Amino acid sequence: MVRNDYIPFSSEILEVIKHTDIEYTFRMAFRGDVKPGQFFEVSIPKYGEAPISVSGIGDGFVDLTIRRVGKVTNEVFEHYVGDRLLMRGPYGNGFDLENYKGKELIIIAGGTGVSPVRGVISYFAEHADERKDMTLIAGFKSVKDLLFKDDFPYWREKMNVILTLDSGEETTEHKIGLVTKYIPDLKLQDVSKAVAIVVGPPAMMRFSVKGLLERGFREENIWISHERKMCCGLGKCGHCKVNDTYICLDGPVFNYTKGKTLID
Amino acid sequence: MGFHVNESQFDAWLTEQQKTYDIYAPKCFAGGNTFSDVDCIRYGKVNSISKIVFDQKSEYSFKEVLTPISQTLFFFTEEQCKEADPPKKGAIIFLRSCDLHALKRLDDMYLHNGPADYYYKRIRDNIKIVLIGCKHSFESCFCVSMGTNISENYDMSINVADGVYELNCKDVTWNQFFLDLGASRHLVVPDQVHENKTVVKIPVNLTADVARSSMWEQYNKRCINCGRCNFVCPTCTCFTMQDLYYTENAKVGERRRVWASCMVDGFTDVAGGGSYRKKNGERMRFKVLHKVLDYKQRNGYHMCVGCGRCDDICPEYISFSHCVNKLGDAMKEVTK
Repeated sequence: MVRNDYIPFSSEILEVIKHTDIEYTFRMAFRGDVKPGQFFEVSIPKYGEAPISVSGIGDGFVDLTIRRVGKVTNEVFEHYVGDRLLMRGPYGNGFDLENYKGKELIIIAGGTGVSPVRGVISYFAEHADERKDMTLIAGFKSVKDLLFKDDFPYWREKMNVILTLDSGEETTEHKIGLVTKYIPDLKLQDVSKAVAIVVGPPAMMRFSVKGLLERGFREENIWISHERKMCCGLGKCGHCKVNDTYICLDGPVFNYTKGKTLID
Repeated sequence: MGFHVNESQFDAWLTEQQKTYDIYAPKCFAGGNTFSDVDCIRYGKVNSISKIVFDQKSEYSFKEVLTPISQTLFFFTEEQCKEADPPKKGAIIFLRSCDLHALKRLDDMYLHNGPADYYYKRIRDNIKIVLIGCKHSFESCFCVSMGTNISENYDMSINVADGVYELNCKDVTWNQFFLDLGASRHLVVPDQVHENKTVVKIPVNLTADVARSSMWEQYNKRCINCGRCNFVCPTCTCFTMQDLYYTENAKVGERRRVWASCMVDGFTDVAGGGSYRKKNGERMRFKVLHKVLDYKQRNGYHMCVGCGRCDDICPEYISFSHCVNKLGDAMKEVTK
């Protein structure tokens, strides 16, 4: 008998972490295999479903960082600790940590693009011995758009962190400028072997990858993650298809050698 | 086994089958066309062969039997989700060779692209196919170009001749039924088309580079992104999830999936207002290349079955087959 993948399970909100006025992390009860970069279909009866990527993984929970920008996510924000949301998943390939182990690692993430890679950043913060030097370039629009503020002090202890804002005043905490500005000055031991992950809005990913390639990164050493409208997560609904690729099945994480061929 | 049967013999068989199956076939919906006072030929339940339209092509395909336009997946109550019941009966579907090839595409999408789809499979497991023989091709058909003009995987085939229905039956219980009925035995081969007026050539050197051609720009204005081409296509399978609540009790409702179109606004919208393929020409390119390029890259054979329904339905007289025939020049343009 084929499993009915469309029926969601009910999950309790264990904790709500507020980042900005419109971006909260909902810590949801979940037991099961899940990888950073994968996503769940989160739903509320009457409002519908929305694909949300996993921003943290722990014992008995997954974190879902949600921006209040649509019909479903507006309603999610009406829920609080002890309430329940419907979920199904996880879906997608997620990041394979093996690709980055033992290597120099650069992660460039913009805005909500930090969510899918947060699990990778956290893993290599805690397991610094499993990689060589690591740099995180994280970009946000302004100081009020900052996500995961509480993570940054710990990450700074464990890796080279460049936190940058598109606009505002420079402080000891953050610089001002686009993430691409810091790529030319990245200190790298061996660019031919260094690996990079780039996640964010399409233009930011395009120009960041361009910057990395100009520095001498090999295409096969760069990974990107795509955001698309994934209605089903199961390779059926067609909304996330690009060329012969279904982002929900084959992605959302792609090696750049494949990712660069995807023309919308 | 081959038989020649008359109308009452065939109807006797239909009556017998209706105990366990709903019979779906192209039928005439009087005045049902988008134009006033024009009929629409589309699929519906039939109980007599006299209701089946054999001499015209159905404007819409059989696919709504397997993937309903709006399909309830489950019901919400305050505490639980209750799965929607499957159809009570199986289905016998009357369709032509192109559509039978389309069924293979539906199967590959719903059963093999990712995990098998529960709702599709529970209908699919209970269908039987009656192939309608094609004596001649319709104006816009290009099944021969797409290699879909011949089918073998049917349970029974039917040719319409003068006052007699010629059957080629592969189902043993059905064979017995016709023998018991005293139907006369004959050698019957399903009518096949070996030539179409419309011929389509997909360039062998076609690649996604053709996206850069200027040919797509003409569709920015000509196409009105109504999505009819997707809805009549027997191989288009996209859907959108939709929640619905009952006005009598807002705590109870259902989740459905409804047909979606890659030509229509909103198909690619992501959170926060982003979207992809805003121009109609880009959408046309996306659709056309799915049908004759990237589906094959993934599945090994072309998606388009050459039924020509998209050409027939387009209110702007955009022809898919003409578009495909322009791809050769477009490839020359981008590889210059």
